[in-house]
Amino acid sequence: MADPMKIRANVVGDSTEVKVLMSHEMETGQRKDAQGKVIPAWFIQSVTATWNGKTVLAAQWGPAVSKNPFLSFKFKGGAKGDKVQIAWVDNRGDKRTDEVIIA
Amino acid sequence: MGAPATRRGGRSRGTRMALLCLLAAAPVLFAQTTAVDEIAKYRAALLEGNPAELWEVRGEDIWKQKRGPKQVSLQQCDLGLGPGVVKGVYARLPKYFADAGRVMDLESRLLWCMTQLQGMSDTDARKQLFGGGNDRKSDMEAMVAYVTSESRGLPMNVSLADPHEAEMYRLGEKMFYFRGGPHDFGCVTCHGDDAKRIRLQDLPNLTTKEGAQKAYTTWPAYRVSQGELRSFQWRLYDCFRQQRFPELVYGSDASIALTLYLARNANGAAFDAPAIKR
Amino acid sequence: MDRARRNTLKHGGGATLLAIAAAAGWLRPGAALAQAQAAGWNKAAFDTQNMADTMKALGGGEPAQSKDIVFFQTPDIAENGAVVPVGITSNIPKTESIAILIEKNPNMVAAVFDIPPGTDPTVSTRVKMGQSSNILALVKADGKYYVAAKDVKVTLGGCGG
Repeated sequence: MADPMKIRANVVGDSTEVKVLMSHEMETGQRKDAQGKVIPAWFIQSVTATWNGKTVLAAQWGPAVSKNPFLSFKFKGGAKGDKVQIAWVDNRGDKRTDEVIIA
Repeated sequence: MGAPATRRGGRSRGTRMALLCLLAAAPVLFAQTTAVDEIAKYRAALLEGNPAELWEVRGEDIWKQKRGPKQVSLQQCDLGLGPGVVKGVYARLPKYFADAGRVMDLESRLLWCMTQLQGMSDTDARKQLFGGGNDRKSDMEAMVAYVTSESRGLPMNVSLADPHEAEMYRLGEKMFYFRGGPHDFGCVTCHGDDAKRIRLQDLPNLTTKEGAQKAYTTWPAYRVSQGELRSFQWRLYDCFRQQRFPELVYGSDASIALTLYLARNANGAAFDAPAIKR
Repeated sequence: MDRARRNTLKHGGGATLLAIAAAAGWLRPGAALAQAQAAGWNKAAFDTQNMADTMKALGGGEPAQSKDIVFFQTPDIAENGAVVPVGITSNIPKTESIAILIEKNPNMVAAVFDIPPGTDPTVSTRVKMGQSSNILALVKADGKYYVAAKDVKVTLGGCGG
């Protein structure tokens, strides 16, 4: 099971600002190991963010997103105490879902 | 009569030449300054979303877990301000620990607690000192991230009151200026002057107060080029490697002496790590 | 053929066969892994090297240049191409999606963000650049595509090694 994400969600005016740090190798599949063998691609392919069950962001990623990805976005609505959930799936089928309470 | 005229003419011609040279050099100087400014903007933009936070969270978990053959949590480990106290300890390290009979930095003290309190063998405690990808995470680097984060914002406050500490400081200073290895390098070779760089990397001048403070207070750091959180033991290890010195043993007196010298020289500055670097 | 292998082939599902094939070296590791992918992942879009192919994979026409797409917190020079901060805001009404393309990367598309109604048309992340290149912000708004570019210099390439 992958390491947990670090998520921050704060009310800013009438919106909620979300910042996420994910723990993932995001291997491009371009690198070779010491023996000259290609290190297989291993990267997050889809990211979904929901607020009280409503999708507030959906993303498709390729391996060009940096290792240990950072993501920041903003949506209208959200109040202190509401839940924001971030879920990702990678090309190996590994998944991770974490949630945070809006502060 | 002729000489003063020539002198006058020569001076004005010289001044004109100097002015022309300055104008020619100006675009180059301007371009260099702009590049430095842009890289400073790049570094500032990276500060948000520092992956080091992932190490801090993991480190706190590891610190609190019951581990080793004795199944003890490191919350019993004394890092200098009493068992379990992590807030503010890094700003005071390295320091002399009577129970171990030596001056220790954070990493060597953690190794000591892992072997003495948790009962791990030295081999096990040293198993993955440097992380190598998400498949080979380093518990040590995670703990360093956690403990150092608890000193963020506090002024560096390394003491030399104990004679062991004073002695190690003198040793560290000697080491800083010692030149050896196949290239006759010393720390001073790269870090003993202003405006030195390796390719496009500016090198801090560690012999000035300002340089010493800026450098020491930004380690440990998430090194983008490594994709890992790297501690000060790693920094010294890599410096030794780059100088083609013999391998620096992790947690050795040599590494602690240098660390103490550099940490003490940073006294007064606010600690600002874990940081993020290229 | 040994009994164990025969049984495995008889009883194993598709995934197992794939694993066996990969282990036997019949499939390159990269190929085997690329088979497994998140539901709805547009593989074709992440396999393109030029704008024309990218637009075909995304199902759109040639994008129009737009001054209403703004880069923020995106420096002109990145010290390390492995981590380049990119921030994009679209001021085009009815923005549905924002994609980040890196012109000179081995594959152009880095990320595609779908913006549901109620979400600000602005995203910020970090991408890898193999070399100095234009970063393109590709916006889909009201069914049409728009693009803006920013030149970013990289002092150390960030794709391999």
